[in-house]
Amino acid sequence: MSNNIDLKKGLDIPISGAAALSVASTVTPDIVAVKPTDVKGLLPRLLVREGDRVLAGSPVFADKKNPDILLTSPVSGTVAQVVRGDKRKLLAVLVKADANQEYVDFGAKDPAKASSEEIKEALLKSGLWTAFVQRPYGIMADPAITPKAIFVSAFNTAPLAADTEFVLGDQFAAIQAGVKALSKLTEGGVHVSINNANCAASPFHKLEGAVLHTFSGKHPAGNVGVQISHISPIKKGETVWTMSLLLLAAVGKLFTTGKLDLTRKVAVTGPVAKNPAYVEALPGTPVKAFAKFYDNAAGDVRFISGDALTGENVTEDGYLGFYDNQITLLHEGTEREWFGWAKPIRNKFSSQRSYFSWLCPNKKYDMNTNLNGGPRAFLMSDVYGKVLPMDIFPIYLVKACMAKDIEKMEKFGIYEVLPEDFALVEYVDPSKNDIQSIIAEGIDYMIKEMA
Amino acid sequence: MDRNSKFWFLHSTIDAFDTFLRVPGTVTRKGSHVRDAIDLKRILIIVVFALVPAAIFGMWNTGYQHSLAIGQTPELWGDFWFGFWKVLPLFVVAYVVGLGIEFAFAQIKDEEVSEGYLVSGFIIPLIVPVDTPLWILAIAVAFAVVFGKEVFGGTGFNFLNPAALTRAFLFFAYPSKLSGSACWIALRKGETMVDATSGATPLSYLGEGVNAITSAGYTFKEMFLGTIPGCVGETSVVAILIGAVILIFTGVASWKIMCSSVIGALAIGGLANVLGATDVPAYYQLVMGGFAFGTVFMATDPVTAAQTECGKWIYGFLIGALCVIVRLFNPGYAEGMMLAILLMNTFAPLIDYCVTTAATTRRAKKATIA
Repeated sequence: MSNNIDLKKGLDIPISGAAALSVASTVTPDIVAVKPTDVKGLLPRLLVREGDRVLAGSPVFADKKNPDILLTSPVSGTVAQVVRGDKRKLLAVLVKADANQEYVDFGAKDPAKASSEEIKEALLKSGLWTAFVQRPYGIMADPAITPKAIFVSAFNTAPLAADTEFVLGDQFAAIQAGVKALSKLTEGGVHVSINNANCAASPFHKLEGAVLHTFSGKHPAGNVGVQISHISPIKKGETVWTMSLLLLAAVGKLFTTGKLDLTRKVAVTGPVAKNPAYVEALPGTPVKAFAKFYDNAAGDVRFISGDALTGENVTEDGYLGFYDNQITLLHEGTEREWFGWAKPIRNKFSSQRSYFSWLCPNKKYDMNTNLNGGPRAFLMSDVYGKVLPMDIFPIYLVKACMAKDIEKMEKFGIYEVLPEDFALVEYVDPSKNDIQSIIAEGIDYMIKEMA
Repeated sequence: MDRNSKFWFLHSTIDAFDTFLRVPGTVTRKGSHVRDAIDLKRILIIVVFALVPAAIFGMWNTGYQHSLAIGQTPELWGDFWFGFWKVLPLFVVAYVVGLGIEFAFAQIKDEEVSEGYLVSGFIIPLIVPVDTPLWILAIAVAFAVVFGKEVFGGTGFNFLNPAALTRAFLFFAYPSKLSGSACWIALRKGETMVDATSGATPLSYLGEGVNAITSAGYTFKEMFLGTIPGCVGETSVVAILIGAVILIFTGVASWKIMCSSVIGALAIGGLANVLGATDVPAYYQLVMGGFAFGTVFMATDPVTAAQTECGKWIYGFLIGALCVIVRLFNPGYAEGMMLAILLMNTFAPLIDYCVTTAATTRRAKKATIA
């Protein structure tokens, strides 16, 4: 691993509540949700009715534009409810799980011997096609495209993220099978990025059939977008796919066992999580199934599927997302602190030296959701670039997105970024702008205008 | 606050004072669920904090220069209080006029009041001669805030530094009152200067060479310490350096701009020495007039400076260079710093445009591995 890519820029957020490396329990939820809203770009068409019986792997939704792309149920059971929102928008299908799980048999096959068409078909039928994220724009992958390359990040630097070795270290065989399958879908190879810090300890440096890269540095070194920009930046007209290691393991298991097995070790984390630890669960598990980890009697807990920077605020009635293996529990910071901004010493973390948190570099903070200020125009110029290890000008891109200026958005690298890459830029912004949603709106505008 | 409340027409003002006292209880709605503790109030209070040494020294120096001018024996506290009561009205006028306009515009635009003027209002009294008539100062502040900032959309959208604009307005609109050698020393009614003092700043001797500066009684050490006539807060390089250390350590202001501005001044000053344009050593340029103050507190204004890191080096260098060029080759107007800052403010977007275009062109050519 001589050609390690060392990223100097970035920031590890010292938030308290890391999950202890043990599996506290297995959650077998009564109800599991299948949510089309998890997949960006999917226009859902409902394939089931209330009362229908489904197996683990049975289709629940299909995409309207490309009916081959399916969302499938992760459990066997009966369709209990179809949840719709405003304008009858499909939000979720709730499946009441059986006591004994039955799986659709997709047929085990050796991915090394299967053709690319067979692999595509298996992924589409099992509902694992949506494990791909297509860049630019971070949308559902188009099966008609052959991507330039496929990228997988084998580590996660997000705050309190699940420990990759703990969660997936025992699934090496499945991940190896997944890599073999994916390498059939592209000419450019499957690029797997490993954390340089524990490269030797990580089983993934033994993966065959993948192009391995090592990265070192703070968050967002584990973001696949950052890795792509250092391995092979996406240019206009190019398309790449990415997949999380978590779902790559599921893809591998699909080929080795013939079943759709989305079970995952979910890290329940955050400052208000009681005894944070790991739980075996499925995507679509209700947040309430994790009730023993929190106390929301005062209604002041924020429930996030994902990490504290990029996760989705799902509320207590929500469900674990398809791509997530982390739940973050935060305190809603509605308290108002007297002279907070003027205090010389304040028990809050700042990446900048205006506060004195730099004196205790190892301290962890009980962070909450307070904005810590009011929204203002952009004033500072040098704080943003320090946390984004990509060769772009972050605020120029943000302003181009605000101005909806396509030419400038292209110039400043809209094809290379997703909102998640700007999470830290948003975190450090002293002007408290919602930068991730500005980027998301810019991307939506590009999709609309360039279609 | 409720839109139907009868105090709605004051809601920006009330919000401003309310959030001044207590951090707002707003929580994140979109994107990152946790946010850094830093906000603009904190950043700007650090700048004000960094300005305090220069302000305190300026008050004392005002009294000290007064004592010298009337032939009195200087004494520490007496001089400070004399200066304090001379300078305080400048602060009051700068803040009342400037913040009044800010609050009014925030209310009209239905926005929260931005804190940017807290710094401008502190800088302005420090960069004007102590005897500036208050009504002139009020007009200059109003002009700078309205036409330098609000018409472009307020703090964050202005392309000229409001403090530099205030000073430019003063010096071009009221040249008779605010230049020459009469305005730098505060005198009470009926007091006259003793013969030995002229009241002129070292800069006014710059055109006559280093001997003229020395024979007027100004040594490098005095100019470095700041015991010379000049604008209130700009004389003491020591006090300004304390501020610079605070700004650089906290990361609030760009050390790149400060460094490159000093390099630019030394480069042009040194070149002028070599070519024989002046015999004033280049390092004298750093301690005379408003160079140090402008470099540390005004060139580094993040809104009007270059935004790109490479651009900051160019921007700072040109400020230092232009300042010395104006000083050396424009005998009619000796102080080049504020003109250099204003000129480079207008060119900062162009510098950034060139830097970003060069970077994106280079990126487009980068070879790909995959």
